[in-house]
Order: sequence, then C-alpha cells, then structure tokens
Amino acid sequence: MIRSFYFILEKEFKQMMRSKGLVRMLIMMPVIQLLILPMAANYSIKNISLAVVDNDHSEYSRTMIHKITSSGYFKLTSFCKNSKDAFNEIENDRADLILEIPHDFEKNLVRENSQKLSVQINAIEGVKAGLSGGYLANIIADFNSDIKTHWIQSQGPDEAAIVSVAPINWYNRYMNYYLFIIPGILVTLITGIGMLQTSFNMVKEKEIGTIEQINVTPVKKQAFILGKMVPYFVLSALVFVIGQIVSYLFYNIHSAGSYLTVFVGMCAFLFSLQGFGLLLSTYAESQQQAMSLGFFFMNILNMMSGLYTSIDSMPMWAKVMTGSFPLSHFIRVMRMVMLKGSSISEVGDHLLIMVGLGIVFNTWAVLHYHKRS
Amino acid sequence: METVIYTKKLTKRFGNFIAANELSFEVSKGEIFGFLGANGAGKTTAMRMLCGLLMPSSGEANVAGFDVYTETEKIKQNIGYMSQKFSLYEDLTVAENIRFYAGIYGLSFAEIKMKTDELLTKLDMRSEAKKLVSQLPLGWKQKLAFSVSLVHDPKIVFLDEPTGGVDPVTRRQFWDLIYYAAGKGVTVFVTTHYMDEAEYCDRVSIMVDGVISALDSPGNLKKQMNAPDMEDVFYQLARKAKRSE
Ligand SMILES: Nc1ncnc2c1ncn2[C@@H]1O[C@H](COP(=O)(O)OP(=O)(O)OP(=O)(O)O)[C@@H](O)[C@H]1O
Ligand SMILES: [Mg+2]
Repeated sequence: MIRSFYFILEKEFKQMMRSKGLVRMLIMMPVIQLLILPMAANYSIKNISLAVVDNDHSEYSRTMIHKITSSGYFKLTSFCKNSKDAFNEIENDRADLILEIPHDFEKNLVRENSQKLSVQINAIEGVKAGLSGGYLANIIADFNSDIKTHWIQSQGPDEAAIVSVAPINWYNRYMNYYLFIIPGILVTLITGIGMLQTSFNMVKEKEIGTIEQINVTPVKKQAFILGKMVPYFVLSALVFVIGQIVSYLFYNIHSAGSYLTVFVGMCAFLFSLQGFGLLLSTYAESQQQAMSLGFFFMNILNMMSGLYTSIDSMPMWAKVMTGSFPLSHFIRVMRMVMLKGSSISEVGDHLLIMVGLGIVFNTWAVLHYHKRS
Repeated sequence: METVIYTKKLTKRFGNFIAANELSFEVSKGEIFGFLGANGAGKTTAMRMLCGLLMPSSGEANVAGFDVYTETEKIKQNIGYMSQKFSLYEDLTVAENIRFYAGIYGLSFAEIKMKTDELLTKLDMRSEAKKLVSQLPLGWKQKLAFSVSLVHDPKIVFLDEPTGGVDPVTRRQFWDLIYYAAGKGVTVFVTTHYMDEAEYCDRVSIMVDGVISALDSPGNLKKQMNAPDMEDVFYQLARKAKRSE
C-alpha cells in the first residue's frame, strides 16, 4: 500500500511539473489577480458620488457627513432638499448613493440611543454598489455603533425591499480597500486550483482511458485518490504563500494574528475543497463535464461565500447552504486571524467544520469510486 | 493441462440488452487463445468481466484459480491487461512508464531496474528510454504497452485489439513477442480483427451477437466449415450477425 502510493505520488508530481499551465498557475495568476484586479477595481470605488438629504440639520448629522466625506471614498455631489430630488440625482446618474438623515436624528439618538438611517444605492454596477454600501455602513457603524441602518435599493423608496445589514467589515476600521478585497482574491485563487485542477486531473485519466489500467492493478483506490490530491495540495499551498508575499510586498498586508493559524486554516480548507473536487470527478465522465460542474458550483459558492455579501443578512436556507461548504469558513478564518488577530482556538469551530466537511466529501468520493463498474 | 480461465454461462446485460450471452469456455496454461468477433460482438465486455473491471450479470467464471465475483483483487495480482484504449501515460517517458507500473505492482527498486534493462533491450528501445511516450510511433507504443503489461510476470495476459492500426511488419514483431511470452508459460487471451493473426492462435472462439458460435483450433474450424482460410470461416459465421455498430 505504502510502496504503491510512493510510485503514484512520484508519477503525479512528474505529470504536474510537466503540465503546460503550471507556470501560468503558479506565477501569472497570483500576480495578475492580486496586482491588476484590485487596482482596476479600486479606481472606480474611490470616486463614489454621494447625495445627502439632511432633514435634521443638527450637530450630529453634520459631524457624520463630515466623517463620511473625509474618508476619501465619497464625493459629496449634492445636498438635496428632499428624497425626491435625491432620487433624481440617481436617475440622472449624478449620484451612486443617497443618504437620508431623518428629522429628529440627534434627538432620538440622544434620547433613545438608537436611530434609523436610510441609504439608497444605485445598484446598476453591482460590485461598486456592494462595496460602497459596505463602506458607508462601516463608517456609520464606526460613527455610532448603535445606529441601525436601513438599506433601500434603487427601485424607488416606496416599493423597495428593506434589508437591514449588519456592517460587513467592521474590523476593517481604517477603510483599507485592499484589506477588504485581497484576502478574498487569495481564497478564490486557491479554490480554483484546489477544486478544479484536482477534479480535472482525475477525470483526465478517465478520458484517456488510463484509469482502466490502474483499476486492473491491485492498487487500492484510496492510494490512487490520495495520490491525486497531494500534488495539487502542494501547488495550492504554494500559490497561497506566493499570494501572501505579493500582498505583503505590494499592499503591506500582514496578518494581525499568527501566520501558522492562517496556514492551518488553509490546510483544513484544501482538505475539504479537494474532497469536493474529487467527488465531482467521480460523477463526471469527461473534462468538459467536470468543468461545467466545477464552474457551476464555484460560481454559486463564491457568490454566497460572504466575500461580496454579508452572510448574516442571508435567509436561513442560504446560510445553511453556505455553511455546508468550506469557502465561507475559510474566509471567516482569514478575516478573523489576519484582521482581528484571532487565535487558533477562536477560529476552532470553523476549522472543525472544514475538517468535518473534508471527511464527508472524501469518504463519499472514495465510496463512489468503483474499480469495477 | 491446467485450466487457467474457466467460464460457465457468463452473461452481461446492460438493461435489456445482452452484450455477452452465456459464454462457456476454458483456456489452458500457456495457450494463445484468440477471441474474434465483429464490432460490437461483445469481446471487450467479456474481457472486462474476466479482468474484474465489470460485474457479471450472471454465470460463473474463474481466472487464475480465483472467482470473478469475490476475489477480483487476487485476480489482478495474476493478470496483465492491455485495454483497447491506449494504456500508457503519454506525458511520461518510456522508462518512467515502466517504473510506474512495475512500482505499483510491488516490484522492488532492484527488480525495477533489472526489468527496465531487460525490457528495453528486448524491444531494442535503449535510446528511446528518456523519450516521452507521445513521441513514439504507434507500433512501438503498442509493443511497449504489451511488455509493460507483463512487467509483474502475470500468469495470464489479456490483450484487447493490441495491433489495431499497426503496420504489418510491426504486427509480425508484436506476434513474436506474444510467442515469446507464451513460450515462457504465459497464457495469452487476445482479441483481433486481423484474420492472419487468428491463424497464429492455438485456438480461437468466434463471437456473434454476444454468443460464442464457434470454438476450436484454426485448422479444425477450416476443415469443419470447408473454408480455405480463417477469413472465410469468420465471414461465414459473422454475416449471420443482426447487430450492427
Ligand atoms: N456500459 C455499457 N452500457 C451499455 N451498452 C454497452 C456498454 N458497454 C458496451 N455496450 C454495448 O455492448 C455491445 C458489445 O460491446 P463490446 O465493446 O463488448 O464489443 P466489442 O466486441 O469489443 O466490439 P469492438 O470490436 O468494436 O471493440 C455493444 O453493442 C456496446 O454498445
Ligand atoms: Mg472491443
């Protein structure tokens, strides 16, 4: 068992080292994704036009507006008398965001220690809308954590759904955009390698037919599957480390907590993620199928991972769905450790869930792999 | 004579379709057993059941003394298999392929080295050892794949259309390798569409629509059917087929 595993590993590493996309995966992808993407995205995010409707005209409201505009992300483009005027600004594309401060803002805040604000976002540019909303929530939360924000999408104040959003990046106090986006890019990057490449590698053997030749040897399927995992585990880990170095060198992002904890989290993440990739590959017959399946799951799960939206504000079914996939847990771990400096025991729950998911996915994959059809 | 493959009413159904229907035959040690049949006759299906790659629907079968239902992993220690699809890794070199297969069959490092030397010499491929398999001509690939399937000294080797698409000269060389192996006591179970190759076999079975419709030595078959050669024997039987691929 151990001997044959050695030879499987040796073969897998040789094949990986010879594959054409290797350099691209190892160097180009982290560099392009980490250097070019955030810069391009950041340009637009730095110029968010804000329209303000101040119905209160108090000391408090002025301080808050000042705090928002001085953050550097928002341009105050217009002061409007009422929400109808402000809505016109959005309609005519002169504002991305409306902040409406109600009457008695200061009074209620002082007396009842709570107040509601209304924010309307021009949601045509999804990412920009999400990010700018996140920033605004962040600043307001910073201003007074007891203020409850109410979000109204841009369809118009009347029929709009009201969603209460917990501030998504409250620990990112200094509004560092890179701190918000880079860990997310890193996670997405190794998700691609860990899940997709692992599963392609397996399906490729089915497609060219060499899997028959393996199945007719006494090799244990566990050894074969593990041999498929290890090389892409190493590759993903390497890309992760390179990515961390790039984000340190170029954005000065360094972990507030221990890098060891981040690495342990990554190991747990890859274990479960690769298990999922292998599971997909036992169901797919061709690389084409594996690719469709892989991208299907990756896109959905990326969207729901908590990278772009707050998990806290999701409905229950979505929370359950996100929670049963490793991505959101690893993003939590990354943010908690790198931004807040959480210790390994504080992220223990997430680590255990990832390992648990990994055991489920891998066992399922092994059980579903048959040497005999 | 020692029987190394034994089947009785071995059957494989895919839904309502019967790909292999009640196959019963025996193959003796050291024999070259030709397994003929038109496209879709059920040759690959039968072979995959014997190799433990496909679960039979019914019937009995024994390979190298082990049961195909319960002892497939023991069967696998004792057989070599060359599938109809190419079975070596194109992105590994000749030597690396030999090393890999020898390794997973449990040969020691010393044995691997010895086997590699012996095999490269026999195939006259010393100078190709470090070449990627993808760079070899088809005939060489097939000879290499055959030798690799014998690397763990199996009792029986199953060859599924090993010479498909190979030129006549290389096919002759391939059959020299088969004879050499059989001479050392290896049982060879081979499918082919070339009737000149059928003449080289000790015995042949001819499958038509999932059923074995003739089984004997080429000489006896020709006599029984009053045919000048195997081509004619095959034609007389196979034209009755209703299945078409
Ligand atoms: N997994 C499967 N599911 C359904 N039908 C199958 C399956 N495998 C094979 N068949 C069918 O069984 C029949 C026999 O196929 P098989 O591959 O055994 O033929 P063959 O004699 O090897 O033909 P060829 O000379 O073309 O290789 C064919 O009609 C084929 O379509
Ligand atoms: Mg076939």
